[in-house]
Amino acid sequence: MALLEVNNLKTHFFTREGVVRAVDGISFEVESGKTLGIVGESGCGKSVTALSIMGLIPKPPAKIVDGSVLFDGRDLTKLPEKQLEDVRGREIAMIFQDPMTSLNPTLTIGTQITETIRRHYDVPKRQARKKAVELLEEVQIPRAADRLDDYPHRFSGGMRQRVMIAIALSCDPKLLIADEPTTALDVTVQAAVLDLLDDLRQAHEMAMILITHDMGVVAESADDIAVMYGGQIVEQASVNDLFDRPEHPYTEALLGALPQIEGEGIRAGRLTAIPGRPPDLKNPPPACRFAPRCKYANANDTCTTVMPELREIHKDHWVRTAHPACERAGAQVPVQA
Amino acid sequence: MSTPVTTNPAKPPLLQVTNLRKHFPVRSGMLIERTVDHVKAVDDVSFEITEGETLGLVGESGSGKSTTGYCVLQLLKPTDGSIRFEGQELTTLGREQMRRMRREMQIVFQDPYASLDPRMTVGDIVAEPLLVHSIGTKKDRRSRVRELLDVVGFDPGFTNRYPHEFSGGQRQRIGIARALALSPKLIVCDEPVSALDVSIQAQILNLLKDLQQDFGLTYLFIAHDLAVVRSMSDRIAVMNKGKLVEIGPAEELYASPREDYTKALLSAVPIPDPRAMKERKAARRKLRHALAEG
Repeated sequence: MALLEVNNLKTHFFTREGVVRAVDGISFEVESGKTLGIVGESGCGKSVTALSIMGLIPKPPAKIVDGSVLFDGRDLTKLPEKQLEDVRGREIAMIFQDPMTSLNPTLTIGTQITETIRRHYDVPKRQARKKAVELLEEVQIPRAADRLDDYPHRFSGGMRQRVMIAIALSCDPKLLIADEPTTALDVTVQAAVLDLLDDLRQAHEMAMILITHDMGVVAESADDIAVMYGGQIVEQASVNDLFDRPEHPYTEALLGALPQIEGEGIRAGRLTAIPGRPPDLKNPPPACRFAPRCKYANANDTCTTVMPELREIHKDHWVRTAHPACERAGAQVPVQA
Repeated sequence: MSTPVTTNPAKPPLLQVTNLRKHFPVRSGMLIERTVDHVKAVDDVSFEITEGETLGLVGESGSGKSTTGYCVLQLLKPTDGSIRFEGQELTTLGREQMRRMRREMQIVFQDPYASLDPRMTVGDIVAEPLLVHSIGTKKDRRSRVRELLDVVGFDPGFTNRYPHEFSGGQRQRIGIARALALSPKLIVCDEPVSALDVSIQAQILNLLKDLQQDFGLTYLFIAHDLAVVRSMSDRIAVMNKGKLVEIGPAEELYASPREDYTKALLSAVPIPDPRAMKERKAARRKLRHALAEG
């Protein structure tokens, strides 16, 4: 059994303007020690997915209307708040995009790390501080012991994110959810933080859900990838499989829209833009949510009237579209290895 | 950098920046403030841009790339150095002369949410530069606005709407239309797509390329994203800590960077190819250690 099993999760926001179907029936699993990358553009529901797992969605207006989140056999959506608090931080930890706002500016780094440790373990203050120093050393903050009594503003963005990671690791969680952990960071700092996360994940045998808009970041860090669009998972596969043969028109288009760093004729060429914009989740398209922007969809197509199911198109490669690359006219049939 | 390279020596550069410096004073003390130090935001930067060319200016936050852009347009007064536009020195121009000069040089800002006045209609925003420079009659301006919006792919039927009614990509189109209003020769693009999603980013980058072709525009294209800069630029300048580290033709600079900083920067970019990433990760760790040891 997988460490985390999300089944048909639906998180909707009940607003005055209507029901926003932010997450609309998604299912995935995360195995122990593996990294699942969830990739998608703003508003696709990737962060709401993370918050739903953690039980951190704002209720109201949000509500999990259907589905389950099985973690180590327990359904987190049914757990009373008290028990959920024991899971949060100790068994599942989370780091956020903005290290500037996710630390409390009025408390020292040391206080913020030890408070997490002492919330979950009955240890004296001194021991918690010792552990805090070890954690800061582990996330490679120089002169860790001296920096324990510094306030967050004394740290750079990259260093703050390291502090967040130290807090997340403080109780040895089994699962780390990282929501755009490097988006606010410079590219060299991002590389260092991703390398650090990689090392820590292996050392602590943690599973990780890495949420990002950046195809490059998932390509380097994830074992498996789920591509989200309009509150749904539209494609899911192992990292190599997804980049070798993207099947969903959206995945394909997203990869085509990325500017390349290597190659010739880049300056003269044009990017393959995706026309239009993402669906309004208050009033999504009646069937396939990508259909209005999809170059393969046409009016007398079933995909504009019937929602395509998520189906396994190759082994462990799932896709939700009526027009996967391998079934299109003129498509080369890939040789099964 | 001693002597900047020009792509086409036969053509005089449209813009010539020489030994540009911009220092910001660091002030300290209660009641009596004193300047205790200077931040050298831009420190001895020189480059040229030929007409019709795009020079990419890339660097991490705080490298001085935006400050350089602002100095070029005289939105910030340089501490020292020379900025020549079509041979005309800008740093010594008076207010009125500079105002007239700005017809030739415009800017597109990063944040399409903050750079458009929320109380003005789309039409008024795009017409404002024309109004400031007293160009045309009201009727002329109205038809010019529709034309401009059409050019940037924004429905001219929405001229009476307000910016908040539109998405980031649409707003950036409004910002671009405004920059085009005076038919400038040079446009400084300051992180024009960094607030946008990938699919929308591609639309805007393509638009900027099309406009350059159609109107013979020259761009100073400032961005932190190395792939975005690569896709737009003929030549690229790399900045770090206020200094220009390296400048050269885009393809050459990316294929064989000379400076360690450029190498580190390029090696840090995650690319959408999981197999190639394995090698890149190993290489960048090595480079990082080498750089850390000096």
